[in-house]
Amino acid sequence: MSLRRPSKEQPENFQFNQTSLEEAKSIVAKYPKGKQQSAVMALLYIAQKQNNNWIPLAAMKSIGKFLDMPYIKVYEVATFYTMYNLAPVGKHFIQVCTTTPCMIRGAYKLVEACKEKISENENQLSKDQSCSWMEVECLGACVNAPMMQINDDYYEDLDKEKTLKILDMILNGETPKPGSYRGRVNNEPENNRKTLMDLKNA
Amino acid sequence: MLKDDDRIFQNLYNDKGSDVESSKIRGDWTNTKDLIDKGRDWIITEVKASELRGRGGAGFPTGLKWSFAPKQLGPRPHYLVINGDESEPGTCKDRDILRFEPHKLIEGCLLAAFAVQAHVCYIYIRGEYFIDGKKLQAAIDEAYEKNLIGKNASGSGWDLDIYIHYGAGAYICGEETALLESIEGKKGQPRLKPPFPALIGLYGCPTIINNVETIAVIPTILRRGGKWFASLGKAKNTGTKIFCISGNVNNPCNVEEEMSISLKELIEVHAGGVIGGWNNLQAVIPGGSSMPLIPQKTCETLTMDFDSLVAEKSGLGTAGIVVINKDQDIIKCMARIAKFYKHESCGQCTPCREGSGWMWRMLERMVKGDASRDEVDMLGDVTTQIAGHTICAFGEGSSWPIQGLLRHFKKEIEKRNNLNPTFDKAKNIPYLVDQHLLNKKDA
Repeated sequence: MSLRRPSKEQPENFQFNQTSLEEAKSIVAKYPKGKQQSAVMALLYIAQKQNNNWIPLAAMKSIGKFLDMPYIKVYEVATFYTMYNLAPVGKHFIQVCTTTPCMIRGAYKLVEACKEKISENENQLSKDQSCSWMEVECLGACVNAPMMQINDDYYEDLDKEKTLKILDMILNGETPKPGSYRGRVNNEPENNRKTLMDLKNA
Repeated sequence: MLKDDDRIFQNLYNDKGSDVESSKIRGDWTNTKDLIDKGRDWIITEVKASELRGRGGAGFPTGLKWSFAPKQLGPRPHYLVINGDESEPGTCKDRDILRFEPHKLIEGCLLAAFAVQAHVCYIYIRGEYFIDGKKLQAAIDEAYEKNLIGKNASGSGWDLDIYIHYGAGAYICGEETALLESIEGKKGQPRLKPPFPALIGLYGCPTIINNVETIAVIPTILRRGGKWFASLGKAKNTGTKIFCISGNVNNPCNVEEEMSISLKELIEVHAGGVIGGWNNLQAVIPGGSSMPLIPQKTCETLTMDFDSLVAEKSGLGTAGIVVINKDQDIIKCMARIAKFYKHESCGQCTPCREGSGWMWRMLERMVKGDASRDEVDMLGDVTTQIAGHTICAFGEGSSWPIQGLLRHFKKEIEKRNNLNPTFDKAKNIPYLVDQHLLNKKDA
C-alpha cells in the first residue's frame, strides 16, 4: 500500500463555487436515484481542481454533506486513491513514470532532470513555488517510454535533454506541446511501418 | 502477417480521424439496427461461435460470460460495465481505442448492452487518461446527437445511456469487483466471489463487465460473422489482438496482429528488432507485468496466444510485451515490478499487503547483493504463501513475476547473494531474519 498523509496545515472552510456546484449536480444525475455516493470520486476531482490541485479535509466534509454520506467514507476514498493530492502541490504538477517498461528506457534520467530543475526532493515545491514533481507508477503509455505527465497532458518519448527543455518552458510560463518528442505519430512504429499502409499513403 | 483488410482497428494510428463521419466510412454504425433486429440469441450465438476470449487479461470466453446474465429481466435492472482501467505495466492498447476508435467501442456497448438487456452502461476509465476520456466523451455526445445511442438507439427500439466514470490511480480497480466498488463510491477493494457480478454486481444488480478491447471488436465480429473471426489464429485462441511492444526494441509500437503470431516476428518485423540484435535479448515479459518472464531460448519459437503461453508457465494476459535486453539488470527490473505491486496492493488481505512489501524489500537487497543465501529460497516461499491465498488475483499477479525470475534466473541471484544467514537452517526460524533487516556486518 502507499503511504498517504493529509497536510498538517488545513484551511478552516471549503465551499463549492457556482461552476463546481453545477458540475457536481450534473455528475450526481449520472447515477441512479439514491446512489449519489457513486459521485464521490468525481466530486473529489472537482474539489481538487477548485482548490489549486489538492483536497483539504474541509472539502471532504463538505462533499460528505452534499452527497449525504458520512465524512469518514469520503476520507476513506480520498486516502485510498493516489490521484487525490492531500497536500499542496505545484500549479504545474509533474509525474514521472518509473515503472519497469519506462525504467529500462531511462526514466531515471527524467527524474534527474526534475531534481536539477525543480527540487531536490519529490513533492517539494520549486523555488518560484509553481512546480512540484513526483515518481509515479505506470501511466499506461509504455510504448512511448520514457514519459511524464504534466497536469493532464502526456509528454512521451523523452530523454534527459528534452525533459530539461520542457521543464525550462514550464518554468518560464510557456506551455510545451504534449505528445511524442521524437516526432512520431501516436503509437505507430517510428520508421518502417508494416501495417495499414494504404491508409498511411492515402 | 495479417492482411490489412482483416485488421479490425483500421484507425489504430489515427490516420483518418476518430469522429463519427470518418468512423462510418470505416464501417461503424452502418447496419446496427439490422444486427439488433436479429435478436439477442443470435448475437450471443455469434459471439460464442467466434470463440472470442476476453482481452483484459484472464481470457474468459465472452459469449459464455454474457450467457450468465439472467434471461428474464427481473425487478432489478441490468448493467453493462466497460473496464478501461488499463494500468498493467507494459499495456497501452485501450488508450488507443478510447482516443482513436471510440465509435467501435460505443457501438459495441450498444450491441453488448442489448445482448445482456442493460439500459445503462458505465465506462470506467483510469483517471490519468483524462484527455483520452474527453475524446471518448466527445464521441459519446456525437452518438447521442445522431441518435445512435440514447432513447430508441439507432432506431432499434432499445434505450441505452452511456456514462464515463473516472478512476483515480488505483491499479486494483482493474479487478472487476473492485471496479464495481469504485463505481459505487467506495474504496476499490475486491469482493469475494461468489456471488458473481453477473447475478449480483453493481448496486446488487446483474452486471456484465468486459474489457474495452473485447467490446470494441464485437461490431466487426457480428458484421463479418463469428466464423471469420474464428478462422484467424488457432482453435480456442482466435481472432486478432492488439500487441503493445515496449522496452528495449528499436521501434516500440502498438500493432494489431493475428493471435498465435510468433513472438520473434512481432519483435523483429513490427518493433524493429531488439536493441543490440536478437542475441542481445535477455528475457521477455509476454503479457503485462504480472505474467512470468520468458527467457531468450524460449522466445525463439514462442507463439503468442493464451494456451501456448500457459504451456510455458506464463500467460498472454493483456499482450503487453516488455522486451528486456542484456544491458539491463534483470533482478532490478523485477525489483521495480515488485515495488509497483507493493504500492498498488489494496491492503485488504494480509498475505498480499504484507507479502508484497516483503518481496520488494528482499529483491531490493538482492539487487545490491545484500541478501543472505537462504533468502533466495525464502523469496520463493513467500510467493507461494501469497498466490492463492487472497480474495482477488492480485496475489498471483504480484508473485508470478517473481516466481518467473526464480525459475529462470535463480543462478544469477545466488551468484550475487552468497552471504551466510545469521540463523542457521537447523534452528528452523528463517522467517525472523528478514523482518529485522539485519546489517551486513551482523550477518
